[in-house]
Amino acid sequence: MIENYLNIFINAIFIENLALSVFLGMCTFIAISKKIEAAIGLGIAVIVVLAITVPINNLIYNFILRDGALAWAGLSDVDLSFVGLISYIGVIAACVQILEMFLDKYVPVLYNALGIFLPLITVNCAILGASLFMVEKDLYFGESVAYGLGAGVGWALAITILAGIREKLKYSDMPEGLQGLGSTFIIVGLMSFGFMSFGGIIL
Amino acid sequence: MSKYSEILFRPVFKENPIALQMLGICSALAVTSKLYPTLIMCVALTVTVSLSNFFISMIRNITPSNIRIIVQMTIISSLVILVDQALKAYDYETSKTLSVFVGLIITNCIVMGRAEAFAMQNPPGVSFLDGFGNGLGYSVILIVLGTIRELFGTGTILEYEIFPLVQNGGWYVPNNFFLLPPVSFILIGLIIWALRAWQKDQIEEPEFKMSQNSPEIVPNPPPTPSSKAVS
Repeated sequence: MIENYLNIFINAIFIENLALSVFLGMCTFIAISKKIEAAIGLGIAVIVVLAITVPINNLIYNFILRDGALAWAGLSDVDLSFVGLISYIGVIAACVQILEMFLDKYVPVLYNALGIFLPLITVNCAILGASLFMVEKDLYFGESVAYGLGAGVGWALAITILAGIREKLKYSDMPEGLQGLGSTFIIVGLMSFGFMSFGGIIL
Repeated sequence: MSKYSEILFRPVFKENPIALQMLGICSALAVTSKLYPTLIMCVALTVTVSLSNFFISMIRNITPSNIRIIVQMTIISSLVILVDQALKAYDYETSKTLSVFVGLIITNCIVMGRAEAFAMQNPPGVSFLDGFGNGLGYSVILIVLGTIRELFGTGTILEYEIFPLVQNGGWYVPNNFFLLPPVSFILIGLIIWALRAWQKDQIEEPEFKMSQNSPEIVPNPPPTPSSKAVS
């Protein structure tokens, strides 16, 4: 039982790393990775939001949207899975908004640390992507908690590593056209090759 | 008339959404290992971004600004659901290949970015053109990537054999390296380099520069004049 959860968790961090294996959240990944502090702040925000939204979307999918899920309401032949996309993005936007208000009121330290990153997260494809993968993998509620947490940790790990490399790299002398965006893409490509070597891990 | 062609073609090379504005990178990478799904993805995105720009621009004067994000999100996700359902109905195989990436057009920053930056200030017709132009800019990069990866990875383009393969009695050994997803990152990096060698004004200023040695300032000139010191 516990191995199953651990397996999903490790799998989500290393083998199916959201940023480096399925390339989600790339826009923010590349835009906010110039400084390590900012990268860590955004990474933590992503972990928190993923750990909350993936399980909630799992509940919504299993009890409202999936084929025959409305049997408890007496509507056993209704299939609402086609409105999945709009419900997930609604849940994500609402969660981010509530989380922002909650942190502002009760945990101002964390709120100030996360700053502008929270609203940005609504349009981060990693968040919606994780929910869609959760539906595609057909996970149970417990598994979806492990998956959401693992996916967040993996993304945070990847952006922190990239920010570390870029902080060193700004001192280097490279061809003009590669300066900035060009070199970042090539580094992410090489990092992604590195993460492919985790491919064989089985717990 | 030239104003319209300017709006339509500026995003293709001068302000390319992927290479310069850093928008919509996510899907550019995962779907390009074959040309056919790439083309479908380009069509899906272009349709979505043009129509969402058009509709958002139509209601721009009656949208209260504090809830505009959620209004835009609703319009965009409805359009994406339409595209997704159409794809599932008419080309189920490709929709399996693209998996979640059609759904992810919702959070594709090109769509949101153009809605915010252009459609909220401009009339519907022009906004439609702007969306179409940005869709084209995205498509150009994706099609180049898809062509290179399919040609060198499998020796074919759209399943039609260009390089005769060794197992069919030809000379080309397919380079499976190009089918690996990370290659698209490196290719985009090189495309950006090529684009910036052509459009010089897109080059980013480096944060730190090598200081050049000059004989007047340095008391002990190094043995070779070409060696450089780090500032």
